[in-house]
Amino acid sequence: MTQKHVGRRMTRTEDPRLLTGQALFVDDVQMPGMLHAAFLRSDYAHARLVSIDVSAARERPGVVAVFTAEDMGDDWKHGPPLVSPPPTVEDIVFHSRTHVPLVKDKVRHAGEPLAIVIAESRYIAEDAVEDIWVELEPLEAVVDLEKALDPGAPLVHDDLESNLAAHLVQEKGDYEAAKAQADLVVKRRIYIDRGAAGAMENRGIVAHWDVRAQQLTLWDTTQAPIPIRNGLAAMFGLSSHQVRVIAPFVGGGFGPKIMMYYPEEVLLTWATLKMGRPIKWIEDRRENFFATTQERTQVHYGEMALTKEGRILGVRHDFLHDTGAYDPYGLTVPLNTQSHAMGAYDVPNYSSELKVVFTNKTIVTPVRGAGRPQGIFLAERLLDIAARELGIDRLEIRKKNLIPPDAFPYEHKIIDQAFAPLVFDSGNYLATLERAAAAIGYEKFIAEEQPRLRAEGKHVGLGIVSFVETTGVGPYEGARVTVETDGRVSVATGVGTQGQGHFTSFAQIVADQLGISPRDVRMVTGDTAEFHWGTGTFASRGSVVAANAINAAALSVRNKVLKLASKILETPEEELELADGQVRVADLPHRAIELGELAAMANPLRGAVEPGTEPGLESTDYFGPKYGATANGAHAMILEVDPETMMIEIKRYVTVEDCGTVLNPLILEGQIHGGVALGIANSYYEQLVFDENGQLLNASLADYLIPSATEIPPIEVLHEETRSPLNPLGSKGAGEAGTIPVPSLFAQALEDALQDYGLEILEMPMSPNRLFELLHEESKTP
Amino acid sequence: MNIEYPISVTVNGTRYDRDVEPRLLLSDFLRHDLGLTGTHVGCEHGVCGACTVLFNGQPVRSCLMFAVQADGQEVTTVEALGTPDDLHPIQEAFLEAHGAQCGYCTPGFFMTLVPFLEENPDPTEEEIREAIAGNLCRCTGYQHIVDAVKLAAAKLGS
Repeated sequence: MTQKHVGRRMTRTEDPRLLTGQALFVDDVQMPGMLHAAFLRSDYAHARLVSIDVSAARERPGVVAVFTAEDMGDDWKHGPPLVSPPPTVEDIVFHSRTHVPLVKDKVRHAGEPLAIVIAESRYIAEDAVEDIWVELEPLEAVVDLEKALDPGAPLVHDDLESNLAAHLVQEKGDYEAAKAQADLVVKRRIYIDRGAAGAMENRGIVAHWDVRAQQLTLWDTTQAPIPIRNGLAAMFGLSSHQVRVIAPFVGGGFGPKIMMYYPEEVLLTWATLKMGRPIKWIEDRRENFFATTQERTQVHYGEMALTKEGRILGVRHDFLHDTGAYDPYGLTVPLNTQSHAMGAYDVPNYSSELKVVFTNKTIVTPVRGAGRPQGIFLAERLLDIAARELGIDRLEIRKKNLIPPDAFPYEHKIIDQAFAPLVFDSGNYLATLERAAAAIGYEKFIAEEQPRLRAEGKHVGLGIVSFVETTGVGPYEGARVTVETDGRVSVATGVGTQGQGHFTSFAQIVADQLGISPRDVRMVTGDTAEFHWGTGTFASRGSVVAANAINAAALSVRNKVLKLASKILETPEEELELADGQVRVADLPHRAIELGELAAMANPLRGAVEPGTEPGLESTDYFGPKYGATANGAHAMILEVDPETMMIEIKRYVTVEDCGTVLNPLILEGQIHGGVALGIANSYYEQLVFDENGQLLNASLADYLIPSATEIPPIEVLHEETRSPLNPLGSKGAGEAGTIPVPSLFAQALEDALQDYGLEILEMPMSPNRLFELLHEESKTP
Repeated sequence: MNIEYPISVTVNGTRYDRDVEPRLLLSDFLRHDLGLTGTHVGCEHGVCGACTVLFNGQPVRSCLMFAVQADGQEVTTVEALGTPDDLHPIQEAFLEAHGAQCGYCTPGFFMTLVPFLEENPDPTEEEIREAIAGNLCRCTGYQHIVDAVKLAAAKLGS
């Protein structure tokens, strides 16, 4: 038998094209007669549009068209909500206010588009943007999350009574009763601020309405090509088969590229339908800072009730979540926060009151982590503070409270982001944490190394935290697997790819089912002409939902192969095997038929076939999980702080991840490394700083500090492998695992390194400046 | 504004004669006028390093230069390194060590690394990290890139 491919450290089949600069990205699309778009965007965060005069812009040579909201007539509409509010929760308040293609009356965040210029070149289009005369009457901006709900605060949406976008209470057990019996209740205010996803490729679109073919093609840097296609078709009265959306190679997604429909997606489609010429728009980095969605701002008033032995009796947190100027993404992010606010722990009682708040800031949708880091930060911080107050070791208090292996499936009795009951399916949380503790040398560090280093005057600290990651949510994905007559296999699936190695890990699954080399799989992702059912790449679901759909389709093809080969080789199916691109009789390997030959036989050109025969060796199958698979893990690190500059050096960083069956360890490690790097960025380097007028003060990569290779340390990646019972492959997602626990880990390690100062870190991100301020605010000296 | 000037630039060994506006960025000239789209653009303000090319053998940000500045000069882009069937040793190393994820920043890393590994054929990890500190990557956390550079150094040295 040939060796199994799933689980192997296989190098990537997509790499030769990517590494030689031959892979197609959206900005590489060139078409004859192509025009270029640029946008006039609002400088103000909150303002009334008084007038806009585009006449000078229209006269500039090379300008083909300039459009404002008025020019769109009846086609000007608010976007449909991308995610609806949960239907299953009582007394929910949800005010859906979605964004518009171009501002008609009021600007609600800086960077909101006011007009689109379409010209013969991007240079001319940008010149013409400067020709537009716009009068904006600035209004007081809603920036601070807590002040936004004060009576008399300016309103982001004038038709609402307040800036409250949503209100939702979730309860498990009886927190107040548990609190009454607690020996200790710790209460803290916790604040987490905004960051950018910062994909190296900005967004981009090429839209082309082919008048003669009556066919619309959109190349789009989206994580969700199929919903974009369906939505644009519905919006513009086209059949979905007249619309082809291609997400080619996409230069990083990290969440914001799932948002839809961005105003630019609607406008370029509208304009090409009107003009019949291909139009390209490529976002520049400055636009990306204003117009691409962001995440993370929340204020929590959290408390945790415990016994004196350190058992958690309950968690309560009332929190505010900043959704920005609109809320097209519903409650996904704060529901994720609630799903993670009990961490990896057995928490019998939970109470959470969520208020979602409109502000005059860029729209909020998931960014890698998607509400989870905030939830884990709350749980881990409160537990650290409780441990300190109870005099219990931080590792011990975690071990005491982790959900034990025999408690799965563990029901949380609240709903998750998919509106399904929150159930953790499987795991060995204790083993994961203990492995991390052993790897970092917890006992020895605390007992020997730290005291020795401290005696040398070094501020060295350790952090260790555990976490869960809800992954692989529904509704479903699908795939089509086809054996070609040359023996190679084509696979098409609807999810797009933004660097996750889908071409390779999906091919490994198909290779195992069909006995071929993964190099003989031609993979297509993200092209609606190839496959048009599915939702997209988000919520760490590719290796769960799409992978299991591909596995199902490959299994169906395998069964077809066996059935046909059994007839031709006159051998019962049980005695056949698929290997080396052939079907053969297990004991008589010379009695074999090539897969390609079999595919040709399955699609005869003449002759009769039995009724009900499906031609070819092809199958389309789907996978939809009952609920998401939940991964877990533990991170540990040792860092040193320079007390003069507050600069840090990460001495060691260890992760232990349990994402069930590992499809390709090499790719998984890459996912973890990149996730941790974003987590480190979120913890100590990156923060979007808005002033009181809602102006973003650091909208460039020179001012917004994405870490480079000198800031990110080597990361040791270890695995536990507890198969998920929820899908045949046993996989769980891993795309966000690296990011989720890092802020909580940083806070603990920084406190440990600066333990003489009695510092409590209750906010993220930190930075050298902020750490310095905190130490001086409390005017504490060692 | 629309006056064009004739320039003659040698890119990857081929001489190109074109008339260009003085404000045309070198990055746009390479990508859109010459169709060499392997050079990517990430920030257009000289920070991310995705658009790095060799200018007379030295790495430069092609988004911070005008095409007219390249008149009479030699430019080398990722297209000069290898092909899918015949990768350059640095590309091979990135393949083997999984140094690329989305692949958008990768050509810029290569163009930084080519002269670096020529000048420093046996670098330490610290030297590697310093050398690539001007190239941003959001996907990899840099670790597999560092592994790939070590591997590339070994391949080039042997």
